[in-house]
Amino acid sequence: MVPASYFLILSALLFTIGVAGVLIRRNLIVMLMSIELMLNAVNLAFVAFSRTFSSADGQVIVFFVMTVAAAEAAVGLAIMIAVFRNRETVNADELTLMRW
Amino acid sequence: MPLWFFVFLAALSIISALGVVLQRNPVHCLLALIVTLMTIGVLFIGLGAVTVGFLQIIVYVGAIMVLFLFVIWLLNLQAMPANSGHLALKLLGAIGAAALVAELFAFFTQVPATAPPPANPPADYGSVSQLAIALFSNYLIAFEVTSILLLAAVVGAVALARRAPADTEPRIAQTETRAAKSEGW
Repeated sequence: MVPASYFLILSALLFTIGVAGVLIRRNLIVMLMSIELMLNAVNLAFVAFSRTFSSADGQVIVFFVMTVAAAEAAVGLAIMIAVFRNRETVNADELTLMRW
Repeated sequence: MPLWFFVFLAALSIISALGVVLQRNPVHCLLALIVTLMTIGVLFIGLGAVTVGFLQIIVYVGAIMVLFLFVIWLLNLQAMPANSGHLALKLLGAIGAAALVAELFAFFTQVPATAPPPANPPADYGSVSQLAIALFSNYLIAFEVTSILLLAAVVGAVALARRAPADTEPRIAQTETRAAKSEGW
């Protein structure tokens, strides 16, 4: 059996790649994908702990995280369509209307 | 799950996650993300959380990723120029990510769970019934609130993505190209 810490380290690596994606990429859709990646990395840690403690709670949290991720993707993509309709771009550097 | 299988899946997920960040074409990013999410789903199943693993594959790969793909096609983002952005920002982002991974490594190597998890979990571990019992007893209120969240998300998404009424002109410089384009929508 694989030690739980291996799963946690994999989760940390995936989360960091997601953070790097949000920081480095300027395409809003790819930034949203990176957020999904971060959510999934956290899910992996939850399931690893759920297995370690033989408890269903971690899996229930994963269920809720999936629901929130679905809602977030739907609303985020709708915002993106609205932005694209008005500004013809999804580049975060060009959407500076609310920048102070 | 044997160790070699875990290492294989971990390498696959990390390579495809890097693909999400480094690919230029959003469709290729999305395909890499699908591989990552399916690998994570297989890891869930390997951990014994079978229900959650299949939910992961169905919900993410089946629903959310298709939504992403539709939006990419709808906005015709393949034609977008390569990502710009300042080099300093990218450098700073890479340094920040490296610092974060070092910090998380320091935490997780200290975690007391380095011992292997129990080899034999309860017989119903990860089953639908176990998940449902937890969901409908301890987490009942959260479960009901989730339905409100989903309803709000559906209404919000429809309201946001709906075409603006004809009397409110879109705020854009080149109105002519816009008007010509909006015929096709």
